Amino acid sequence: MPGKVLIVIPCYNEEASLPSVLNELQQTTLPGGYQLSVLVVNDCSKDSTSAVARKSQATVIDLPVNLGIGGAVQTGILYARDNGFDIAIQLDGDGQHPPKELAKLISFHLETGANVVIGSRFLEKEGFQSSFARRMGIKYFHFLNRIMTGLSIYDSTSGFRLFDRSAIKIAAANYPDEYPEPESLVVFSKSGLKIAEVAVVMSARQGGQSSIRHFGSLYYCIKVSLAMLFSFIRKTS
Amino acid sequence: MAKIQIITIVANVLFVLYISRLIIKGKLREEYAIVWVVCTAILMLFSFWRNGLEVMARLTGVYEAPNLVFTGFIFAILIYLLHLSVVASKLHNDNKKLAQEISLLKEQFDKHLNKNQ
Repeated sequence: MPGKVLIVIPCYNEEASLPSVLNELQQTTLPGGYQLSVLVVNDCSKDSTSAVARKSQATVIDLPVNLGIGGAVQTGILYARDNGFDIAIQLDGDGQHPPKELAKLISFHLETGANVVIGSRFLEKEGFQSSFARRMGIKYFHFLNRIMTGLSIYDSTSGFRLFDRSAIKIAAANYPDEYPEPESLVVFSKSGLKIAEVAVVMSARQGGQSSIRHFGSLYYCIKVSLAMLFSFIRKTS
Repeated sequence: MAKIQIITIVANVLFVLYISRLIIKGKLREEYAIVWVVCTAILMLFSFWRNGLEVMARLTGVYEAPNLVFTGFIFAILIYLLHLSVVASKLHNDNKKLAQEISLLKEQFDKHLNKNQ
């Protein structure tokens, strides 16, 4: 029996880029005969993201208050858990993660059996590579992750990720709210999940703005470092 | 009894009455009121027992009695602020869970409505 894959698209004011992402997803076929469903989690957008998403065949969940990216992704994960999906894949609504790269994540998961697969920009120098400051930040998190998880994850801030059933179970119970990407890796690795990275090609965002800008980046580094440290110390339940 | 003692005692009584009113009207939960009641009790004690402050300062080895008041109260306020941060964090978490649950239920509900139509 073919498995079910849920594409979780967390959105905050993405009306400009969302239609083309959804359009591309509709034309995507997955390896291994997986059935594809699309879920848009609208994180209380101020624009017409919800209406735009409802025009497609995607399921839309509207959050009543703005929860931030972590809360929105976790909502999608909860949906995947409750509806018996085998795999959930987070894909950003801003067009940075091309749907045609989904196949790479799934094939890699099938080959290696990794519980969490991260789509990485940096394994091969191809496509959009982000700004200098941001690459420095990403290097720093690579270093922190190596200390805390013993893993060498190059793109720990990448939001292009695959979760299998056991990862879905863990993320449904415990997923950080704000800037969740690097921190969640600590949670997953402490729970004994296998995390792997596969090279993908990303594009620059088509619309909207990054959630991390200006002075926010210093706050981001401090907040995420602290959060990772405490996740590392915390006992897993 | 000195004038200042009478003023503090009256102020204290008014404060306790105000807290009671807030609790009765349901605007303040009892668990948060405890700290305020305890604070007024301490103030009341020292309003009546004027030398008490000197005695306490000597006991704890503080040279100037007013410094004991500042130290004590600043410490108490910091602890209470921390407590409030803990409360806010808990509310934040509960809020997130509720929002997620509501949105998921709404989606399920809409699906059923569409099916029955």
